[in-house]
Amino acid sequence: MAVELDVFVGNTTLIDKDVYQLWLDGYSVSDAVSIRIQSGILEQSGATPDVLESDTMDHYRAFQMLERLLHSPPKLINQLLFQIPPPMQSMLIEKYYTFDEPFVREVLGKKLSKGTKKDLDDVSAKTGITLKSCRRQFDNFKRVFKVVEEMKGPLVGNIQQNFLLSDRLAGDYAAVVFFANNRFETGKKKLQYLTFEDFASCAEQLIQNWTLGAVDSMVDDMDVDLDREFLQDLKDLKVLITDKDLLDQHKSLVCTALRGKVSTFSEMEANFKTPVSMGAIHGNHQKLHYEDVPRVTVPEAS
Amino acid sequence: MPGKLKVRIVAGRHLPVMDRASDLTDAFVEVKFGNTTFKTDVFPKSLNPQWNSEWFKFEVDDEDLQDEPLQITVLDHDTYSANDAIGKVYIDIDPLLSNEAAAILSGWFPIYDTIHGIRGEINVMVKVDLFNDLNRFRQSSCGVKFFCTASIPKCYKAVTIHGFVEELVVNEDPEYQWIDRIRTPRASNEARQRLISLMSGELQRKIGLKVLEMGGNAVVGYLQCFDLEGESGLVVRAIGTACTLDKLSNTATSLLPPCSSPSKDLKEVPFSEDPNPVTHSSGPSTPLKNQTYSFSPSKSYSRQSSSSDTDLSLTPKTGMGSGSGGKDGGPLKTLYRQQTQSAFEHREFPFFTLTTFPPGFLVHVGGVVSARSVKLLDRIHNPDEPETRDAWWAEIRQEIKSHGKALGCHAVVGYSESTSICEEVCILSASGTAAVLNPKMLQDCSMEGCSEHRLSRQPSFFSTGSEKGEFDFFLQCQDSASILGLDDTSSQGCSFCHIPYDELNMPFPAHLTYCYVCRKQKVPDVLFTTIEPPLEAAVTGKGCLIQARLCRQKKKTQGEANATAISNLLPFMEYELHTQLMNKLKLRGMNALFGLRIQITVGENMLMGLASATGVYLTALPSPGGIQIAGKTPSDSSYEQHISNMQKKINDMIIKNREIYEINPPEILEELFGSPIPESRQRSRLFRSQSESSDDVSELDLSHGKKDAFVLEIDDADAVEDIHSLLTDAPTPAGFYSCNTETMPGINNWTSDLQMFTSVRVFRLNNVTSLTSHGLNKAFSDLCENLLKTLYFKLRSMVPCCLCHVNFNVALPEDELIQVAVTAVAITYDKDQAQCIAKACTDRTLLKASTENEDQLQFTLELCMESQSSQSAVHFSPSKVTESGNLQQVTPATQRVVSLDKASPLTEAHTRHRSPVSCTTSTVTVVEMTPLSFIPGAKITKYLGIINMFFIRETTSLREEGGVSGFLHAFIAEVFAMVRAHVAALGGNAVVSYIMKQCVFMENPNKNQAQCLINVSGDAVNFFKDADVESASSQPQTSGLQIGNGSGDVVT
Repeated sequence: MAVELDVFVGNTTLIDKDVYQLWLDGYSVSDAVSIRIQSGILEQSGATPDVLESDTMDHYRAFQMLERLLHSPPKLINQLLFQIPPPMQSMLIEKYYTFDEPFVREVLGKKLSKGTKKDLDDVSAKTGITLKSCRRQFDNFKRVFKVVEEMKGPLVGNIQQNFLLSDRLAGDYAAVVFFANNRFETGKKKLQYLTFEDFASCAEQLIQNWTLGAVDSMVDDMDVDLDREFLQDLKDLKVLITDKDLLDQHKSLVCTALRGKVSTFSEMEANFKTPVSMGAIHGNHQKLHYEDVPRVTVPEAS
Repeated sequence: MPGKLKVRIVAGRHLPVMDRASDLTDAFVEVKFGNTTFKTDVFPKSLNPQWNSEWFKFEVDDEDLQDEPLQITVLDHDTYSANDAIGKVYIDIDPLLSNEAAAILSGWFPIYDTIHGIRGEINVMVKVDLFNDLNRFRQSSCGVKFFCTASIPKCYKAVTIHGFVEELVVNEDPEYQWIDRIRTPRASNEARQRLISLMSGELQRKIGLKVLEMGGNAVVGYLQCFDLEGESGLVVRAIGTACTLDKLSNTATSLLPPCSSPSKDLKEVPFSEDPNPVTHSSGPSTPLKNQTYSFSPSKSYSRQSSSSDTDLSLTPKTGMGSGSGGKDGGPLKTLYRQQTQSAFEHREFPFFTLTTFPPGFLVHVGGVVSARSVKLLDRIHNPDEPETRDAWWAEIRQEIKSHGKALGCHAVVGYSESTSICEEVCILSASGTAAVLNPKMLQDCSMEGCSEHRLSRQPSFFSTGSEKGEFDFFLQCQDSASILGLDDTSSQGCSFCHIPYDELNMPFPAHLTYCYVCRKQKVPDVLFTTIEPPLEAAVTGKGCLIQARLCRQKKKTQGEANATAISNLLPFMEYELHTQLMNKLKLRGMNALFGLRIQITVGENMLMGLASATGVYLTALPSPGGIQIAGKTPSDSSYEQHISNMQKKINDMIIKNREIYEINPPEILEELFGSPIPESRQRSRLFRSQSESSDDVSELDLSHGKKDAFVLEIDDADAVEDIHSLLTDAPTPAGFYSCNTETMPGINNWTSDLQMFTSVRVFRLNNVTSLTSHGLNKAFSDLCENLLKTLYFKLRSMVPCCLCHVNFNVALPEDELIQVAVTAVAITYDKDQAQCIAKACTDRTLLKASTENEDQLQFTLELCMESQSSQSAVHFSPSKVTESGNLQQVTPATQRVVSLDKASPLTEAHTRHRSPVSCTTSTVTVVEMTPLSFIPGAKITKYLGIINMFFIRETTSLREEGGVSGFLHAFIAEVFAMVRAHVAALGGNAVVSYIMKQCVFMENPNKNQAQCLINVSGDAVNFFKDADVESASSQPQTSGLQIGNGSGDVVT
């Protein structure tokens, strides 16, 4: 006797958070079933594996149907097909857009192009995150990027409005978009010890202080692109890299200015490095190599 | 031209991309009603068009208003080629026609396409200006309200319950017309959807006319079904109970007017006025071929053989006497007087589709009556005169009626009809519960109600003595005494169990004892019914879902031979189902079944039988004995060992079940009556027959012949299998209860947390022919058990909860396929509080009893036997507690959360999931759906109209849509969404009495195709949660419990 068809549809869509996570993590139904079995759910509920499989299948189907709506969260809120309580809706959206730290470190600053997507299997192999999950996360980056790329107004606000994410997650996406747009290379060996969080706060500072939007909120309010004047100024800093004396001079000047103002001064002094070391600037495509940017931006913010 | 329909198209959203080049759509809308069509402008290049159209006005007959659906089509404009249809919305405007209904229908409707499913949404406003037409020859019946709810709807009171109404409409199925070969699947599906919509509108209008003729203004328990007869056509039929309802001005009051005490009513009834016997031409067991009812009316009635207009004279009219004569007391509108005269003819069938009744309405219950008939379908030549179908049903109804009479009952309640069709063979089934009703209530539920048009044949039904000539009934002083002595027993919740038939001349062998509550009247040892447990019924412990499942093979044959084979099999199936039910009932230590529904499904090479019911222990009935196994073969020791093992298992099971369902009948009574285990007793209440062979079958004794029914004889392997299957029914997991009735006896404080669901499974049996009949049975039984298990697992986060109204539907779509569809609702309840309240009540009763009787030990007995003071008895009856518990004792939400948290590790997510919904950002109204007629923890304030929808979905890309499961999952979700959207547009926030009446699924995986038809209905309502209307008195109780019981019940 074989089950040909097996569906369960509730008036209120039943969503199991654990299964949702498994689905997001890109596990196949059978993998998900065995993971659930390992979690001891059978003993807890007295169910049999086939019941568990049927349940998992149902959930996966529902998630697949929901995925289309999750691509545009405002649609999920206003759609009529699935009756989902608002707190659950936000949970679905938030989790769908949540990304893994190891993944984002691989992709941050790269061009969100087809080429990068093709390399995702390498990323998957390197990070241990399933390819399916990598693709979802990559597509999320790309989708958010595409929607807000040309949009005016504050970047975080735009993301929140269009994807209904929490403040924190919207901020993270702003960083991803910012880095992707400016193609800051974050994969350098020297930068390996930095977490995504470090980059995110860095991006936040850059957006707040150095982008077009920050400089002039009236005209062409763009948070994604760096202020042209600022970039010109950066060019002048180039000299710091090439000339050791100048760098030392710069260091002592900065230290004098900051003495007594920053609590972590001594630490900062010891670790002082060039705030920004730039490789080259070609027209609109800036390639910036950051070194220890966060540490420098701390005093700036305070 | 008595109506003006106005439609405005406001906007669309989430439309699909129709132009690949621009990724946009140039959408416009066609609005069609009858033969008139309006169009909006094209809104170019947008997926969220804003049409903001003018009001399109249609001037139409109210007849059309009732029949026609409003048809809204969204299209994509294309300059060069034909415009592409995006999808449609059908809106039934019937809910707008009633004077108290919503004034406007406005909201977002899903745009539905039969091939692509939902494609975006459209915002529509609809209004109707109705000019009342008092023409008595009118063909319309605007304003008659329809309710799927099989009880008097809350916030109404029944002035009169008129009785049975039925109608059927026939047409050719567009799917089988020649034109179908050349049109697209979409066109064919749409033609079908539209036709069915039209037909159900017409059917409703015709039934409404009948109701008006009877003097009613509403139909309750309205049940509409489609028979897809294939080549021979499409039948839409409906039954219901006509009523005159009055809206309660204050919805907060109880659902019924304070009924005067029944005994007082009785005195006012023209009870003795009609002593003349009714002569009945045929006995109970012979089919009524020529239905010659001769009925001699008493003086006060003017005899009048009326036949209504052609539309109505569908059922064969038997001699009917009716009249209003000089009895016309009430100041009734003259318009209705003549109509009411003909209304009596519908009493031809004293049937009621209601399953719940006003207190005092139900006097006695006889038992289940059912009839089946196997028919060969032929083409309906003249759709306007569907005589054959009418005649078939009339035949079956007559049979039901005569079965009822044989049980000494004049009425059949909880009545329903169904069909099962396979190719050209059709099984028609009808079943109900024979009952004696309170004539006063029947005629007049409220004191001031007019009595004129209710001098129907009731008196003749009621004077049981009048039937003695016919049935050789003794003039039953006992019976009439029981009617007159009604107020004695009704308050104790046992009167309905008392036998309505004559003890000395029982229609079937049965073991009678004195009622365990009042000790005055006789009761049977087991009672089967199709109704809900009456509110006043005294129940011990909790109930549970009991299912009998059966699968029988049959040869593949054609035509006449096939029909004969089926009708030969039917009695055996019924017998076996009945035996299974009985055994399972015993195994659970229970003695009554409510909500019994036996479904027989016919397939090419199989017949399936599924009987579902809710078992309970009625306090009034004797305690059931155990089950004894007897080996037949001369014994060797190992064999005997085996038998005694099994016996032990069974006994253990019974004891365990008694614990689970908390069945602890007062021990004193047991001893007093001294009925130890196996005595011969007979409890079969099932009466059925096949009209094909009814002469011999209807006499079928379902009571295991002369043998003791409790003894299961093991004489062959089959019997062993039977017992095994009996024992393998998995118990419901802890924290779960299930029933197929609306409420679960013994659970009384529901929280407002509910989840309605539909689950569908299709199984393929490999090599049916190679399976033994037991293998088949087991396969089918496992299928159902597994399905239930899955449900329990899925709903585990709601524990403690009860699955209510579990409704199974079995279909055999193909040779080796079994399709089972389940719709039910899971409702959580507060376990701690339940116990507390029960305890508190018992305490209170104890207290009362002790103060009154000064005897605490045997207070129940004392109460019943001596002090007939109703107050204390009422307090004791658990179902009374239910009532008050529902109204007052609602758990504070926070407390519930706490208890849930303790119960299961998963709850954190789910408490969040179920937390009160506030639609801050969303424009979507939350709409609850439930198969129950009420919403726990809430009050229904308004009924907004009946929802009756029919959808077809087809796909030619089955694999791409996720296979059959993906396809059906999406479709069911879409159906839910469309129902919710319609309810929300009417201004409602829930559907009650929701039912999925049909789910026909066909697939052709080789062609990558599938098609599914779904028919759903229910009542749109508006409710508000009464969590804040909590009575102060419940507070101390609750808190007291939390302290006392808090830790004890963590494990669920």
